[in-house]
Amino acid sequence: MINYATAVTAPPRRSKRHINYNRVLLTIVKYTVLCVVTLIILAPSLTAVLGGIRTTGEFLAEPFGLPKEGIQWGNFERILTNPDFWNSFKNSALITGGVVIIGVTLSSCLAFVFSRMRFTGKMLLFNILSLGLLFPLVVAILPIFIQIRQLGLINNLWGVILPMVAFGMPGSVIILRGFFMAIPTELEDAAYIDGCSTLGFFRFILLPMARPAIAAVATLQVIAAWNEYFLPLLVLNDQKLWPLPLGIMQFQGQYGSEWALIMAYITILIIPVVLFYILTQRFIVTGLTGGELKG
Amino acid sequence: MSTIRFRVLPRTVPSVADETFIRTRNKWLTIGLLALPGMIIFLVFFLMPISQSGYYSLFKWNGFGPPTDFRGFSNYVDLVNDSIFIRSIGHSLILMSSSLVIQLPLALGLALLVGRGKLFGRQIFRAILFVPYVFSEVITALIWLYVLHPNLGLMNKVFDAIIPNFKFIPWLADRNIALYAIFLVLTWKFFGFYMILYMAGLQSIPKDLEEAGRIDGCNEVQVLRFITIPLLGSTIRLTIFLSVLGSFQQFVIIWILTQGGPVNATSTIATYLFKYGIQRFALGYGSAVAVVLFCITLFFSIGYQRIVMRQDYALRD
Repeated sequence: MINYATAVTAPPRRSKRHINYNRVLLTIVKYTVLCVVTLIILAPSLTAVLGGIRTTGEFLAEPFGLPKEGIQWGNFERILTNPDFWNSFKNSALITGGVVIIGVTLSSCLAFVFSRMRFTGKMLLFNILSLGLLFPLVVAILPIFIQIRQLGLINNLWGVILPMVAFGMPGSVIILRGFFMAIPTELEDAAYIDGCSTLGFFRFILLPMARPAIAAVATLQVIAAWNEYFLPLLVLNDQKLWPLPLGIMQFQGQYGSEWALIMAYITILIIPVVLFYILTQRFIVTGLTGGELKG
Repeated sequence: MSTIRFRVLPRTVPSVADETFIRTRNKWLTIGLLALPGMIIFLVFFLMPISQSGYYSLFKWNGFGPPTDFRGFSNYVDLVNDSIFIRSIGHSLILMSSSLVIQLPLALGLALLVGRGKLFGRQIFRAILFVPYVFSEVITALIWLYVLHPNLGLMNKVFDAIIPNFKFIPWLADRNIALYAIFLVLTWKFFGFYMILYMAGLQSIPKDLEEAGRIDGCNEVQVLRFITIPLLGSTIRLTIFLSVLGSFQQFVIIWILTQGGPVNATSTIATYLFKYGIQRFALGYGSAVAVVLFCITLFFSIGYQRIVMRQDYALRD
């Protein structure tokens, strides 16, 4: 009888354990897949960093080894004392700053007009602007190049900044417009009753409220401008004006066989980008997904 | 000595007509002030160049002086007769279909793995998988130039360690492999982006629906097949759209890795445009390539949005 009783109670317990077993298996599968994929993602960047802190010989002998001859700070020193590097850095900073400041200012003004004002032709203008989403810079590069030449902006940083602003605008305006439209109309009415002008409402109420969206747009613009290679390649012939992506290509051409140096250069460029990414991850994700992804 | 003077302002009450006039004037002033600068930049650096390229494409023009040598549609005829151009379109199509068949399902699978349920360290995994998207294309290409290097590269060394008697593969120099090697690099860089989009989509699906399915006796595969994936529909349609457009626009990574070679084996429309239009200063011919590229993009986008994505807009409105 006692056996009978345990037989009655045992099955549920076993089945419960069975489910747990499945879950554990699933978790193990999950982690294995994730770790493999993460490794594949990380391996190339990691070799770059490991290459940068060792000598070329060590690096080529084993891509994943640790520095045995001590960390080669000399690699970094050679790049950081190179005036060309700092010059490229300055140009990159100027281009990025210009694109972000002008782009974000103009985009938020446009987004305000398209979200909060009523006038004839609004939808037409907005649709024309949305066309911009279809043609990224790469596709339109030749017409842009011809236009920049005709405006005499070859070898001028403005020739890089202004087209990037134009091509970044459609995306930014659409993101910002969505956020502006979500801010309730009652707020606007209240502001006007209290004697606020349209511009005042935009400047002192709407913009501060849309700060996360503006940060998202600005972050995406920073990444785009900092990384842009094609447009400066065409527009800037003068080496003194080259931003970092062109600078590193030239460096690679010069020191082709000194892998450690090139990897050190890559490392120097990766670190600020990764730091920036960690700091602004929230905004990037908001910008790309319209604020749907949390946690 | 100063005398205090009071200025008596005339008290005029503006008529209704005046007031509406002032209001409309102010409204248009505000609109102009806010919208004009942006629209002008957009006009000068986007609309004008793009519409002009249709005009330039009718000329043989090396870019010096205004275009005068009118050739009608001969640039387009040359284009269609150029086997390299046709192959470039083919390569773009291969990149496109591979990303639809491999890259997107991979991103979706990982999003399903990482995206929901209790998982320790999910944010860290998500952050790492997204990192390549933030890298510039130049850095990506340079890193992979090393990884795929025929003698010294990481890839061959890893295979060499795993497989005995492995013969080193010249990834980027072999005509039959190079395009797929490039696809690998593109996947490495971009699948994190799609994964993020899928994860956002997954989070907007209410858990109750899947729960209800389970209670009604669906197994996990059925829940996925009949509930989760259909509910992700709008996100999936969006990623297909972005992925197709994206694969026609790849330039920098391909250019740095192979420059369209070996023997045009990795030439795509964008590298073709650069090589035969810009580098050779055949700006008329290049404009024709650009126009073809616009048309492909435009027809695809409009068609896709009208036919496939229409339901998503209908839902949202």
